[in-house]
Amino acid sequence: MTRMKPVDVVLVGFGWTGAIIGMELVDTGLKILALERGAYRDTSPDFTYPHNADELAYGIRGELFQPLARETVTIRHNLNETAVPYRQYGSFLLGNNVGGAGIHWNGQHYRPSPEDLEFHSHISKRYGQKFMPEDMQIQDYGVTYDELEPFLDQFEYLCGTSGRAGNLNGEIKDGGNPFEGVRKREYPNPPVADNYGAKLFADAARSKGYKPFPQPSSNASRPYTNPHGVRLGPCNLCGYCERFGCFMYSKASPQTTILPVLMRKPNFELRTNSHVIKINLDSSGKRATGVTYIDAQGQQVEQPADLVIVSAFQMHNVRLMLMSGIGAPYDPKTGKGVIGKNYAYQMMSNVNVFFDKDVAINPFIGAGSGGNQIIDEFNSDHFDHGPHGFVGGGYILGGQTGGRPIQQLLVPPGTPAWGEKWKRAAKDSYLHTTGVQSHGSVMAYRDRYLDLDPTYKDAFGLPLLRITFDWHDNEYKMTQFLTDRAQEIADAMKPRQTSQTIRKPGGHYDVRQYQTTHTTGGVIQGTSPETSALNRFQQNWDVHNVFVTGASAFPQNLGYNPTGLIGGLTYMSVKAIRETYLKNPGPLVQA
Amino acid sequence: MTSKPRSPSRRDFLRQSLVAVPAVSLLGTSAIAQTQSSTAATPAAAATATKYTPRYFTAPEWDFLQAAVERLIPPNEDGPSAVEAGVPEFLDRQMEAAYGHGGLWYMQGPFVPDAPATLGYQLRYTPREFYRKGIASVDSWCQKQHNQKFSALPAEQRDAILHQMEKGEIQLDDIPAVAFFTQLLANTKEGYFADPMYGGNRQMGGWKMIGFPGARADYADWIEQPGKVYPFGPVSIEGAKS
Ligand SMILES: Cc1cc2nc3c(=O)[nH]c(=O)nc-3n(C[C@H](O)[C@H](O)[C@H](O)COP(=O)(O)OP(=O)(O)OC[C@H]3O[C@@H](n4cnc5c(N)ncnc54)[C@H](O)[C@@H]3O)c2cc1C
Ligand code: SF4
Repeated sequence: MTRMKPVDVVLVGFGWTGAIIGMELVDTGLKILALERGAYRDTSPDFTYPHNADELAYGIRGELFQPLARETVTIRHNLNETAVPYRQYGSFLLGNNVGGAGIHWNGQHYRPSPEDLEFHSHISKRYGQKFMPEDMQIQDYGVTYDELEPFLDQFEYLCGTSGRAGNLNGEIKDGGNPFEGVRKREYPNPPVADNYGAKLFADAARSKGYKPFPQPSSNASRPYTNPHGVRLGPCNLCGYCERFGCFMYSKASPQTTILPVLMRKPNFELRTNSHVIKINLDSSGKRATGVTYIDAQGQQVEQPADLVIVSAFQMHNVRLMLMSGIGAPYDPKTGKGVIGKNYAYQMMSNVNVFFDKDVAINPFIGAGSGGNQIIDEFNSDHFDHGPHGFVGGGYILGGQTGGRPIQQLLVPPGTPAWGEKWKRAAKDSYLHTTGVQSHGSVMAYRDRYLDLDPTYKDAFGLPLLRITFDWHDNEYKMTQFLTDRAQEIADAMKPRQTSQTIRKPGGHYDVRQYQTTHTTGGVIQGTSPETSALNRFQQNWDVHNVFVTGASAFPQNLGYNPTGLIGGLTYMSVKAIRETYLKNPGPLVQA
Repeated sequence: MTSKPRSPSRRDFLRQSLVAVPAVSLLGTSAIAQTQSSTAATPAAAATATKYTPRYFTAPEWDFLQAAVERLIPPNEDGPSAVEAGVPEFLDRQMEAAYGHGGLWYMQGPFVPDAPATLGYQLRYTPREFYRKGIASVDSWCQKQHNQKFSALPAEQRDAILHQMEKGEIQLDDIPAVAFFTQLLANTKEGYFADPMYGGNRQMGGWKMIGFPGARADYADWIEQPGKVYPFGPVSIEGAKS
């Protein structure tokens, strides 16, 4: 095996969190190496117009996604089933290449609600321990909202997030989210203007007494220069956003916010086509000595490093920890062990809203996040759950992200899927249809977890990650409640017709339907090594020179999109590394 | 991943075509004008459809595809049929792409075809193999039941068979009828709405039918005008406009 020259810090995966860590450590002068399994990608030449406006290549065939032919996951619904491979993309889409999923995300950029971070304490205190089903195992993050606020802010200012504050230093502001935690300053940019579907939704929501606000969006509403001096341009609502790279330099991504500066630093190196397969430990098992990766030629290479940052995306983080034997694997029978524990997801529902021909929705005018409207009355613990008998919630969104016809064309309920009637309905409804969507949380349960598949292998012959997951009653209740509220708002929009997509008890997690790529857990952070894999600084409890970033740290899932919180936690972690850990390497929290 | 056609001059071409056309003339392509022009384009489209020589599909398979997709998206005054839009050509070209070879799917065994449907596609066939098996199975079923190949049956009977496949009401020899139907319908709609450079959506007929502006991808001037009818017809990646 080739042995490379040692570095101080190795980043395993160079997407959103890898780029943040690299940038925040580069001024220490340490030698930083990013190992990325994919290729280099940049706005030019990779996402330029008009190639970018290609729904088939990007939206459907998934040109930017992890090639499943080489590596996928296996999925089963419960402990007694045999898992089978996720052979084609459906439910979630995985990133690949420099920038990771940060290239082809929507930019829906949220902060958690304060109670989300102390969820177990909060729910037990307000409703009592018994309110949670016995097999629900939600936990606290070990970080409070107030501690995290400066880091959530830092990430928003990096991205040039467009939005309107709802709670500025404790003062509730009109037109923002009145339920949010305190923010110390306004969003860096004003909201993107509403698309028409969103406008109709907001009017209807107001008529119901709700307080709609513009979706916080990392699609820039105006030219913006971030604190690194990197410039973003205004979004033109091109309609080719999520699943695509941005040709307008408007969507925040590592490429549009960090890489132009980081790539020039002499003490930073990026090695692409470098697929990490293992974090190596010394004989004590308490210290990482670096990583092993497979290079472009297929050769195994050993890369010594003093500090290992695992920033490969939630699922890959979990798999790497399991393959490296760091931390005890979770056992769903005993509830003991931590790696793979508390896998969670999100549960969506849709109310499609069909208008008559005099209402010009123009669905193709849309951005991944900018221009949509939200209500947050039913998220987190913003309402009394007592009478409803479930934990969690979600936001309700009105508007659309685009009108790409292969994926996003909607026809009214009762329309056949093909033939003359389908054709007529497609023609009549396309321009006049928008949507109301609920975006709901999923709690963590004893029998929902991740481990290594006993049968299926990746292209290198290594075991695939296995997901054991299905919906629980709590989530069915949650989604019914949210969808009923969404339907009421949709009805108040006075459409000709609506249709619903909702998941009902008796069904199963269906991997064929896209929901979100907001998969969470498996290397969770918390307050004790008995119940979590990482401390509050995302440092592994057992091996102090391994930090793991990303949504794998979430003890359960939120009703919000994860990346705002992921960014905040990453900034908090890297500050602790820079200011404390590097001076005196060791555990940042005593177990 | 996908082998997708690229031409270095496309961008310039599109730029030029966009610049060269004054807004007034673009305004003429309202939704109504579009429908008319797409209907007018139909015979020409059908004529070109017959010219394409398939590279992957055999002659009997080609007959099947024409006969099947023409029922999935039939001809009428709303817009082009699947055949008029070039969907068979699109399908044939997809079979030559990495996609057709199964290059985008995880294709390692063991295969568990009777796993719950909610766990997704679990057959061992790549799209190329799937079409080959699927078409042969449907044709042999039709031969047994109706003494004719699928393509020789009248339109109403083909519709009925497609309905039965969709509902899983017929047993084919080698493959589940529902799965094959699902694949065929999905690929047909892809061919109808994908950029014309992939061989389908001829003259952007699929886009014109619904009013999708295609690869325009710039609505900066429309952000402040919610609810206003969008007046421009589609453009394609290679610079075709309407
Ligand atoms: C279609 C889509 C839409 C989304 N929309 C939103 C949204 O609107 N809002 C939101 O909050 N979130 C959204 N997300 C999620 C968001 O993209 C992720 O939360 C975010 O990118 C996570 O950052 P990360 O650093 O953990 O992973 P990534 O950004 O994915 O980066 C991980 C990197 O690691 C590399 N890697 C993986 N394994 C290895 C290995 N073994 N060796 C070397 N390199 C490796 C990958 O190739 C990748 O480049 C969306 C995701 C998708 C796919
Ligand atoms: S919608 Fe806006 S942010 Fe998204 S890709 Fe298009 S221009 Fe970029």
